[in-house]
Amino acid sequence: MNLLSPQLVFAQVDFNSADEIIHFLAEQLKKENKVKDTFEQAVKSREAVHPTGLPSGEIAVAIPHTDVQYVNAPAITFATLSHPIIFHNMAVTEQTLNVQIVVMLALKNPHSQVEMLQKLMALFQDQELLSKLMQISSDEDLYKAVSKHIQ
Amino acid sequence: MKKILVACGAGVVTSTSAMNKLQEELAKRGISEDKYTLGQSSVAQVESLAPEYDLVITTTQYDNDAIKVPVINGLPLLTNIGIDSVIDEVIDKLDL
Repeated sequence: MNLLSPQLVFAQVDFNSADEIIHFLAEQLKKENKVKDTFEQAVKSREAVHPTGLPSGEIAVAIPHTDVQYVNAPAITFATLSHPIIFHNMAVTEQTLNVQIVVMLALKNPHSQVEMLQKLMALFQDQELLSKLMQISSDEDLYKAVSKHIQ
Repeated sequence: MKKILVACGAGVVTSTSAMNKLQEELAKRGISEDKYTLGQSSVAQVESLAPEYDLVITTTQYDNDAIKVPVINGLPLLTNIGIDSVIDEVIDKLDL
C-alpha cells in the first residue's frame, strides 16, 4: 500500500511552532479523509505528554502521531521546514530540539507497516540524504525523492 | 525464556519500530528469538505490566521507582546513535 502520496508531501514550509505544523498537516490528512476530526487534538495532546522529537543528528526530525482510533486510513505526511521549529525530545522530555523535518504518521496497524517504519527510521539516520532533501523546493520533487526511500 | 517489555508513548508506533530493531540487533549478536519474548505497551501500562517481565525498554522518558526490574532507555533503537551500548546492556541485564 502506498502510504505516501504527492498530496501529503510539503517542501520548505514556513511555520513557527509545533502546534502550527501539526495543525497544517492534520488539515491535509483530513482533506484526504485519512483521519477523523479529533485526530489533530489527539496528536497535540499526546505531543504535550509524550513528545516525538528525535535527536537523529544535526537535522532533527519529529514524528507526531497518536492512537490508531483517530485514523481512517493509514497515511504519512512529510514536510521539510524553511526554518527549524522547537519540538521536545522523545527520550528527555524537558530537552528541546530544533526540528527541520516533520513526518506526521497516521497509522492503522503499525505491525503490518513495520517495514515502512524501519525504512523511515533508516532515512532519519542518513543525515547526508536529509540535508539533500532539505534543499528541494518543489513538493513534487520532494515526493519523488522521499518515496524512493520508503516505499 | 526472558521477557522484555518495549514501551512508548501510545504503545503502538514507536515501540513497534523499537521492537523490530531490537530483534534485528539481538539476531546480529547470535541471540535467537527462542531465547526471549517481547511484549509491547504504552508507558502508562508499564507499572502494571512490569512484574511479568525481566526487563523494560522505553523510548520515552520514564522514571518510576516502583518498577523493580531494570528499565533501559531505548531511544537508540530508533536513532541508531549509541545502539551498541543499549544492546550490550540488554544482554548484560538479561544474561543472554
